[in-house]
Amino acid sequence: MTVIADIPDAPRAARRPQAGNPALRWLRANLFSSIPNGILTIVLLAVVAKGIFSFVQWGIANAVWLTPANDSAACRAVRGVGACWAIIPEKYRFILFGTYPFDEQWRPALSVLLFIALFYLSTRRALWRRELVLVWIGALALISVLMWGGVLGLSFVSQDRWGGLPVTLILATFGLAFGFPLGILVALGRRSKLPAIRSLSVLYVELIRGVPLVSLLFMASVMFPLFMPAGFNIDKLLRAQIAIILFAGAYLAEVIRGGLQAVPRGQYEAADALGLSYWRKHRLIVLPQAIRHVIPPLVNTFIAFFKDTSLVLIIGIFNLLTTAKTAIIDPAWQQFSVEVYIFVAAIYFVFCFAMSRYSRSLEATSGR
Amino acid sequence: MTADHPRPPPRRRLFALGRNELMGLFWQVLVVGTAVGVIAFLWSNTVTNLSARRITTGFAFLGREAGMPIADSLLAYNPRDTYLWAFVVGVGNTLRVAVIGIVLATILGTLIGISRLSANWLLSRLAAVYVETLRDIPLLLQLLFWYVLMQALPAARAAWRPIEGVFLSNRGLILPAIPLGPLQLWVLGTALLGFAVFYLVRRQLIVQQMRDGKPRPAWPFALGLVIVLPAALSLVLGVSWKVEWPELRGFNFVGGLTLAPEYFALLIALVTYTSAFIAEIVRSGIQSVPRGQWDAANALGLRRSFMLRQIILPQALRVIVPPMTSQYLNLTKNSSLAVAIGYQDVVSIANTTLNQTGQAIEAIALIMAVFLTISLSISFFMNWYNARIALVER
Repeated sequence: MTVIADIPDAPRAARRPQAGNPALRWLRANLFSSIPNGILTIVLLAVVAKGIFSFVQWGIANAVWLTPANDSAACRAVRGVGACWAIIPEKYRFILFGTYPFDEQWRPALSVLLFIALFYLSTRRALWRRELVLVWIGALALISVLMWGGVLGLSFVSQDRWGGLPVTLILATFGLAFGFPLGILVALGRRSKLPAIRSLSVLYVELIRGVPLVSLLFMASVMFPLFMPAGFNIDKLLRAQIAIILFAGAYLAEVIRGGLQAVPRGQYEAADALGLSYWRKHRLIVLPQAIRHVIPPLVNTFIAFFKDTSLVLIIGIFNLLTTAKTAIIDPAWQQFSVEVYIFVAAIYFVFCFAMSRYSRSLEATSGR
Repeated sequence: MTADHPRPPPRRRLFALGRNELMGLFWQVLVVGTAVGVIAFLWSNTVTNLSARRITTGFAFLGREAGMPIADSLLAYNPRDTYLWAFVVGVGNTLRVAVIGIVLATILGTLIGISRLSANWLLSRLAAVYVETLRDIPLLLQLLFWYVLMQALPAARAAWRPIEGVFLSNRGLILPAIPLGPLQLWVLGTALLGFAVFYLVRRQLIVQQMRDGKPRPAWPFALGLVIVLPAALSLVLGVSWKVEWPELRGFNFVGGLTLAPEYFALLIALVTYTSAFIAEIVRSGIQSVPRGQWDAANALGLRRSFMLRQIILPQALRVIVPPMTSQYLNLTKNSSLAVAIGYQDVVSIANTTLNQTGQAIEAIALIMAVFLTISLSISFFMNWYNARIALVER
């Protein structure tokens, strides 16, 4: 394995004082430090060039960007040699907003912008204050008004017409907003001295983490109606949301538990010495430190969780992935699913990549 | 009252408990009571609902004829078998994708993790792009994407032949294979047993070397137990190891090993997705080995491969193994996404059963039981392995 053996060598090669062009020096140190390395570089370059070349051929040079409405003839003509990006302008409103009434689609669009603004505000460290909670509550209420309507002259839109990106963001955001406090309670329960509470918490976490999310979603969609009294039925979206909250709670609880373990004993003892009650001790002293310890893993859990909300496709809820899959059922456009999946993948990627960059920057700046 | 007893006798308290114990008891009763109450409420609703819908509970349906087709399975199955057997076949399919997926994802992930640390700038950049892209796109989306690509492959007649004997078409991947009958399995079983015995012998040899310092080569035992003995058995029994080459006859392939498109797509998606996470774990594991260890090994003039195997990897593994366990568990649980593309794993078969019989509670309970068993077994094994390699501090 030449690659791994090169680790300690890299700085040595770079340190060697060399004359000449800095660009050449860089090439020498990073691409052609030895003969096997040089061969590797050339082979990789060839592969990458071939990959980029064929993608450009397919995705740009031979691609069809626009067609007359509902006419995929031009796309079918280039099938196999070029991409059909024309499907995106044709279908993007359905992919993004599902079957939400066409003329009212500015409402889910505005909701999405509100969500993004909310996420952005929450990443600013200077704004991590108690007022942020109020902002969250206000924004979520505003989003509910926008989505449902029925007040302020907005027409009412029932939940089964919602779809696409807003549903994905709603499932993820509400999942976190409720899963987080639940996770804190369960994490505290797992570290509690009271045996009954501790074992209930352990049972909850292990049960949820031991089974796939798919089975929890099945449970929400098939078994939940059995659990409720006759005549009492809640919406499918809400049922999935409950399953997702329970799921998020269990995973977040484990991350927070790690943070709780990192708080030094002295902090607990000091709080006890001040005579603080259990809840005040945790609220004022322990939890703020614990959560600060685990912010990077928390963000990573958020990313995983955001991706996992795509699974509601399996029980037929119209999130972003489901609308994409439905959009390509249309016979005229059936053959161009790859393009649609790339479009949706790009949307998921932007959200997750932004979060992972943020997590990285937190790790870099959290020099405590 | 004498000086020996300076404190007044304690006041009488309820149950002779302190304030804290009393509060603790109160909270426990409250929480357990709520939990029991909620469960009893759900239970009674369920019983009422089930009797209103005339669904009988219990696992009696498992003995009935399943009647569902299972296209691609590890274990032999026909639609006249029982639901119980259909479940077992589903578990077999889940394990088939999980075990092979774990092995392949570990290999691929390790290679990419090492590539990310390479001194070759291009290689490390490419590995980084691979990791970032795959980690930030939902697995289900990737799975659907691979499945669409599989379906877009040419038909059997025009199948791609990347290597002689390998066919890639919309019927899946077809590979040359050695047909395994009972005789061949006996020989393979002997080889496996030989490997286990060799492992014990090698341990004994190391113990002896520790005692007197004389090196005792283990390879003659390996040769004898794992190769010569099974080979001899194979010769004596006259077992054939002829490779069966697949060929196109009429509209389909004959012979060889077929990986159905559903299985192949699921395997690719699980392996590539999980390998991105494993790559990060391997990278952080190797980076966690202090530089001094590399320098010391270099100073001793050790060979590169020896240095990696004996000095770097054992230390890196301590950091790598615990998060790797979670990845193995994730891969196994994620195999349940098979239901989205119609590969019949245990979840998909349970779902069909649920729709055919209406036995929702039992079907979901079976899914959960299967996954809890698998999860607990994997974490049990990995914890055992972790304890074995953990640093023993004196």
